[in-house]
Amino acid sequence: MDYSEQYLAQRAQSSKSAPSSANLYATSFNSRPERRRRRWTLTKRTVLSADDIDRAITRISHEIIESNKGAGNLVLLGIPTRGVYIAERISKIIFQHSSISVPTGRLDVTLYRDDLSAQPTRAIGETVIPSVGIAAKTVVIVDDVLYSGRTVRAALDALNDHGRPSAVRLAVLVDRGHRELPVRADFVGKNLPTASSERISVSLEEVDGVDEVVIED
Amino acid sequence: MKNLLSAGDLDRNQTISILDLAHEMDEVNDREIKKLPTLRGKTVVNLFFEDSTRTRISFELAAKRLSADVISFSAKGSSNSKGESLKDTAQTLEAMGADVIVLRHSASGSAHQLATSGWVKSSVINAGDGTHEHPTQALLDAMTIRQSMHADPRGCDLAGIRVLIVGDIAHSRVARSNLILLRLLGAIVGICGPATITPKSLIEDGHSFSLLDEALEEFEPDVVMMLRVQQERMSSSFFPTEREYSKFWGLNHVRLAKLSPNAIILHPGPMNRGLEIDAAAADSDRSRVLNQVKNGISIRMAVLFSILTGEKGKSA
Repeated sequence: MDYSEQYLAQRAQSSKSAPSSANLYATSFNSRPERRRRRWTLTKRTVLSADDIDRAITRISHEIIESNKGAGNLVLLGIPTRGVYIAERISKIIFQHSSISVPTGRLDVTLYRDDLSAQPTRAIGETVIPSVGIAAKTVVIVDDVLYSGRTVRAALDALNDHGRPSAVRLAVLVDRGHRELPVRADFVGKNLPTASSERISVSLEEVDGVDEVVIED
Repeated sequence: MKNLLSAGDLDRNQTISILDLAHEMDEVNDREIKKLPTLRGKTVVNLFFEDSTRTRISFELAAKRLSADVISFSAKGSSNSKGESLKDTAQTLEAMGADVIVLRHSASGSAHQLATSGWVKSSVINAGDGTHEHPTQALLDAMTIRQSMHADPRGCDLAGIRVLIVGDIAHSRVARSNLILLRLLGAIVGICGPATITPKSLIEDGHSFSLLDEALEEFEPDVVMMLRVQQERMSSSFFPTEREYSKFWGLNHVRLAKLSPNAIILHPGPMNRGLEIDAAAADSDRSRVLNQVKNGISIRMAVLFSILTGEKGKSA
């Protein structure tokens, strides 16, 4: 989800402009004095390890098969960037257990977002709908973090333009609360109650070289 | 990005990101439901003081596919024929709530004037101003070339690709924008045309040829971009007869055979068949004229998206 990407971008930027921690402190003190104590006590907690992520994704995969009564008629659509890789992992696990290869694609929702005029112009990612299409299928939307619910709202609109699925389900690795829309996930890897000032960053081996979920305050 | 007035407004990264955006937008044009909600509630005004088919329709379709409201204005049948000035027309349209004005005008520099003189607050896209520039055409040409040269064009530039622009360089806004943009992307641009309508500065630049046969042999282009002979912009005769033009600079079946195996042909349209290009070339499988038209919609969607989204005042 974009939340963790935002964080990564910020981290890259701050490490460029302020290489030492003393500098980091100085910059934040000058620009945002009220954040001083927080910055000083910056905490980083790993909430899900590689094994935890593995187990969570495996459980989600089994739950999907269970609620769908088998792996037939399914389509998995990951939301870029990390949702795509989670969807591929789910598809792999479902294949190991049922020998059915579930068509997996990616759904970029940028053009359907409601905050396009509130943020810098975004790049658009690729959308790949599996050749079987989504009409009359059970589509599982896969994302890494469920937060405000706005990404999912955009994804539902995007799906609409590609066909009419018989049902749409939502699988997320982390549900951190703070919903702004009436959205609920069907399959959740881990519920992580958070404060909105905290940042959750999901790293996956395919993109970041390591599997972990970290909370930063 | 606030305005798009010249291909020179763009840097390399911006250009590549617009081309990448257009590449993704292209996918929408192949869908059954060709519509995105992205620009809902925005108003695009096509202000066309000069005749145009493809550019106007292309901008109109691009805006509609992104769910913007579009008003197309053409000088004929409007208050313009009663003598209303560009300033008054533009201000009237802005008062009606235009977010972007897409301007085509026969006066060079008109888009720049409209955008920078404080007449209007809306964004301005130059859709061709006189003999000056036509940046969206250059972008769609770059997109077409990139598509033909790379299996996966995303993120690529045009490094080392040899593009030959043939014809009326001096009067062509397409050529001017293309020269800026293609060179920015790393292409090697050659020009060829009658000396009377080739700017002197470009002749001194090298890669300039007076005859098409000579250019095809020495320059060995990957892309041949034929320009339209623009009779309406020529105040005097720059070449003796049309027959002579077609004999020395027309792309005919003999010259077609001289092209390298993967070379492609571009033409911004409308084509003067039999003058600068003959039917054998225009209808050959090297011709990418219809791809250009199709890419035009995607490019204009990408440009409208870049201009109309993003925080006011700052954009990536």
